[in-house]
Amino acid sequence: MAMTIEDKLGLNRFNVDSTPHIQIDGEYADQTLKERLVMACPAKLYRLREDNTVEFSYEGCLECGTCRVLTGGRIVKSWDHPMGGMGVAFKKG
Amino acid sequence: MRKCLYVRYKGSENAAIEEKGEKMAEEKFDVIIVGGGITGCVAAYLTAQAGLEVLVVERAEGAGQKAVTGGRMYGHAMEKVFPGFGEEAPVERKIVREKISVLSEDKAFTVEYDDDDMRRPEMASYSILRANLDPWLTEKAEEAGAMFIHGIRVDRILQDENGKACGVLAGEEEMYADCILLADGVNSLLAQQLGLKKELTPKQVAVGVKEVIYFGEEEINKRFGVKDGEGIANLFMGDVTNGAVGGGFIYTNKDSLSVGIVETIEEIGYGGVAPRDMLERLKQHPSVRDLLTGGQIQEYSAHLVTEGGYDMIPQLYADGVLVAGDAAALVMNLGFTIRGMDCCTESARLAAETIIEAKEKGDFSKAALSLYEKKLNDSFVFTDMKHFRKMPAFIDNHRIFEQYPGMIDEMMRGLFLVDGSKPEKFTKTAMGAVKKVGIFKILGDVRKGMGAL
Repeated sequence: MAMTIEDKLGLNRFNVDSTPHIQIDGEYADQTLKERLVMACPAKLYRLREDNTVEFSYEGCLECGTCRVLTGGRIVKSWDHPMGGMGVAFKKG
Repeated sequence: MRKCLYVRYKGSENAAIEEKGEKMAEEKFDVIIVGGGITGCVAAYLTAQAGLEVLVVERAEGAGQKAVTGGRMYGHAMEKVFPGFGEEAPVERKIVREKISVLSEDKAFTVEYDDDDMRRPEMASYSILRANLDPWLTEKAEEAGAMFIHGIRVDRILQDENGKACGVLAGEEEMYADCILLADGVNSLLAQQLGLKKELTPKQVAVGVKEVIYFGEEEINKRFGVKDGEGIANLFMGDVTNGAVGGGFIYTNKDSLSVGIVETIEEIGYGGVAPRDMLERLKQHPSVRDLLTGGQIQEYSAHLVTEGGYDMIPQLYADGVLVAGDAAALVMNLGFTIRGMDCCTESARLAAETIIEAKEKGDFSKAALSLYEKKLNDSFVFTDMKHFRKMPAFIDNHRIFEQYPGMIDEMMRGLFLVDGSKPEKFTKTAMGAVKKVGIFKILGDVRKGMGAL
């Protein structure tokens, strides 16, 4: 059985900050873009709620930037690196 | 030598630097390097060695903790900076065998290439893990006299009244220098802030998703038919991405494998498989799954890689500032693989040379720093990137990822499978496979492909 993404993320070390480094507009209308965003995140941190709005959690972020580049300012309203020392700390890289 | 003691406040909103002794805010460095990865460390090592006062600011708590590579570095550029790099540095294995596999749903056609010259230091490439390599590079730079602060994020580049970069702002701390080198990686928000670089577009960038899977050194040797210190690179195209532009890779590390996929961001959604699931698709392909049996996943990571080539290189210098490495998109797309870390190393070396010369002349103006671009232009970085300039346009073609793998595998099936029924002439099988795609389309793609190489 393949491991779930949640299990895989559980192998990594994270220093979770108290404030998110990514801000989103979950109400954004473009359905295709929302679906692609859900698909794009390697950590599976974006989800579509039943009412079709986007839900996001920043804990577990691998800091790749895919969501920012994909949406180009739509849905992902702001994207920054986590504060110094915060976020994922790779042991292998 | 300057002593700088500092305390980090982990988790506080204003990650601040508190000093004992000299106050850093009052000091001025010759150069502040943003980012302590390969580019930052190499530039720090060379500028510090030349006697400059160098500060490297890295947002990770420890060297290498924010860095991700697919897995392979060509050693030639590092050998220029650190002669004997391949012997001394904590690389994983020297790559002595290349494999390229064309996958369809349940078939694989693999080309394998062995070359004894891959063992020569100037031609060698190495599998690497950044959490092992970056601390070594950091130590080299520190020994040369560069100062590092880890766990600090640079929020902004400070400019004087004439717009010349003169320092960095991190939280509430300001640090000053004659020159700033941006080595802050593919997501260089700072280069964007300064207007040197536009936001990355989905067409120019791919996402890589990778697992490091542990097997033990002996087991890697056994499974891949290699000896200690030597290893293989296996690249995959076809079924992994379900037709989308991208591919997969396996690199042998010392005691583990780096297994991953890369997909162009614009392609996300095409073929209906998420990048994270493409990785599973690769791992579960019949030609791969048995190689991975019993391995323990150690880490799951993701990273962006620019693949737009020469045409996406940003403005590389301005008054008091240079951009190098991934931040400058100095990565080339060879079609079957993406090559970046040797370009980063070379750009760091040339940026260091430029900064050293600027220091001698006491001139860090845009005009003086333009020397950096001239040096890049005379180096393999621009030469090679220009050579492969047409590659991004060539591979932006679904036939390559969707139809050709199946076509090739179908031909091979005709050649290798025997079931007692009347064999078909190979030319007939082959022509059947070719006709499905269209012979003129194929000839056109071959011509374009040869032109892009």
